[in-house]
Amino acid sequence: MAIQGLKALAFGAATSAAALLASAANAVEIEYWQYFFDARVQAMEQLIENFQAANPDITVKMTHFPYADYRTKVAAAIPAGEGPDVVQLFYGWLNDYVAAELIQPLPADAFPAATIDAEFFPMVQAMKDGDAYWALPTAVRSLALFYNERLLEEAGVEPPTTLDEMVAAARAMTKVDGAGNITQVGITAGMTAQDHHWWREVLVRQFGGEPYVDDYKTVAYNSDAGVAALDFYVGMAEGDEPITSFGFMDEPQAAFKAGRAGMHIDGSFRIGSLNNTRGLKWGVTELPATNDGTRSNYSSYWVNAITTKAEGEKYDAAVKFMQYITSDEAMQVWLDVVGELPAKPSVGLTDANANDPVFGPFIKGLAYANTTKFANESGQRQLMVEMVERITLQGMSPAESLAIAAEAEQKLLDDYYASN
Amino acid sequence: MTLYRNLSIRQKQIVWAWAFLALPVLFYSVIRFYPTGNAILISFQDWNLLGDRTWAGFDNYAKLMADPVFWKVFQNTFVYLLLGTPVSLVISFVIAYHLDKLRFMHGFLRMLYFLPFMTSAVAMAWVWRWFYQPVPIGLFNNFLASVGIPQVNFLNSTTNALPSILAPAVWAGLGFQIIIFMAGLRAIPKSYYEAAKIDGVSTWTVLWEITLPLLKPTIVFLVVFSSIGFLRIFDHVFNMTSQNPGGPLNSTKPLVLMIYQTAFNSFDMGYAAAQTVVLFLVLLVVSLLQLRLLRDR
Repeated sequence: MAIQGLKALAFGAATSAAALLASAANAVEIEYWQYFFDARVQAMEQLIENFQAANPDITVKMTHFPYADYRTKVAAAIPAGEGPDVVQLFYGWLNDYVAAELIQPLPADAFPAATIDAEFFPMVQAMKDGDAYWALPTAVRSLALFYNERLLEEAGVEPPTTLDEMVAAARAMTKVDGAGNITQVGITAGMTAQDHHWWREVLVRQFGGEPYVDDYKTVAYNSDAGVAALDFYVGMAEGDEPITSFGFMDEPQAAFKAGRAGMHIDGSFRIGSLNNTRGLKWGVTELPATNDGTRSNYSSYWVNAITTKAEGEKYDAAVKFMQYITSDEAMQVWLDVVGELPAKPSVGLTDANANDPVFGPFIKGLAYANTTKFANESGQRQLMVEMVERITLQGMSPAESLAIAAEAEQKLLDDYYASN
Repeated sequence: MTLYRNLSIRQKQIVWAWAFLALPVLFYSVIRFYPTGNAILISFQDWNLLGDRTWAGFDNYAKLMADPVFWKVFQNTFVYLLLGTPVSLVISFVIAYHLDKLRFMHGFLRMLYFLPFMTSAVAMAWVWRWFYQPVPIGLFNNFLASVGIPQVNFLNSTTNALPSILAPAVWAGLGFQIIIFMAGLRAIPKSYYEAAKIDGVSTWTVLWEITLPLLKPTIVFLVVFSSIGFLRIFDHVFNMTSQNPGGPLNSTKPLVLMIYQTAFNSFDMGYAAAQTVVLFLVLLVVSLLQLRLLRDR
């Protein structure tokens, strides 16, 4: 009996293994890579499930790892014929990926450039080369002003719509202890967070300047407008009644989450983690305009591309998968799960999304947003961080510090474009 | 086989020794010597990790010499070394010296001193980072504020940040140094002390003439070991300044952190490799120098 049972078990195992092999022979498996960010992974799992249900002969295997290792692993894997068939990359990395022949252009029949030009937000055209797109985003992000509803109510102020109102509201919400130490800031500040985008693309323009000219190859913020924008920014933490403090509670978003900051400028990707913060009642509004109504915003995005590793039937499957993850349906899933905004106005600017109290301000911001073409984002951010530190820690004048930053950034850009 | 049989016993021993050594030699060649050689090669090339490597000659080294950030970082690295090594050695010797004489709760105290050494450097750096924050969350500044003393900018200062980061790094290494010192103290023969007692010499003389000279091998080991540790300091700095690594204004940035940023933020592998070669030479020179200076004559 025992031997009979064993035989049956062996037979069963053999047939099921054969069945598995048979089905594997028909199926195409493609690999998708992205960096680890909980909400993005969840959204992609949902998309893969939907895609596989519609295309039973294709399986998609998602691999993700920490952001810090991402670029290194992709660079090492694709030339070795290992890595992904479809890969996610930051828009700023595209030139490097194209130059290194890690990705191939999207096929014109499945992704006609004219249709994409017409349907996607215009900033996506940075991914176009001649008649072909190299990559496409599922979602885009922009900035907005988060506010703490309780603190606003306590101070008796309304969510601000202009910079002057913002400063007044922040002043009303700032608290100091007996020794003059700030214990609650009106608005968070720190170039290490999203403020360098706010300063570069929003404040400089609002004070009448241009951050860069010549397709972001030439620094132009070393102007009177740039000095005025920097004065305004650093001035928030100075004077008799500062409304903020650099490095307050270590990180701007931590101060806002802890309810110790009245307002906080951040991207749409922060929505998820704020929703998970217990006891925080927050709202969000568009970035404040100037008194004459000048507005600007910064947008960025991650794109998906087909790698040079994908060939034959894997290539066909990868094209199908790319079509799905840039579809309207995928964009809505991405918005609902990650909080990143659809890359097509037709999906993003639906009445329901544009009037959404949470997503609305970000989506409105997209209409007047600028996308900085970074050569080295962390390096360029570091220069902004140091520009402020020279003023706050070493007492340098804003004009002088700005000139040093502009010169250093120009050198960085020149070096980058000289070698690419 | 006949070849092997014809060997003398001495030669057979050598063959066997090499047979057993083959594995570690192979292992070291693949994971140590080959990457080291490759790093030296890359330091003469331009490479952004994705594209082709192109020959650059001494360009990366010339860039290094002309880079003010590199010299600032070079200086910081030596400040970590020159402050960290003597301070940690003196403190650990004082503690070990007294702990050695103590019998009451000896094991427990020794464990307390050793505990930080076993703790993850990352976790410790983050806890200290929060200790150092301004009010309302920083432990130290909250205490200062509560007794009416103005706040101290620990990390957000170009002068205070480096010592502030060094303090937990020294504290974390104490446990190990204390254990080594105590082992060194135990190894000194009791008879010397008994002889000194009979002659009636003072405690200071015993310390200067017997304990310290006989501890010399221990001291040499610890100086070299902790110097290499401070020259390679990274995790404390990176985690305590992760928003602005090595900041503010590069005042805390050690060479290893600069290498990391050049390689994995700027993807300038050639330049990073050139910095690595410089760090390697510095480590080599410092270690050789210390061994020579502290060696028994």
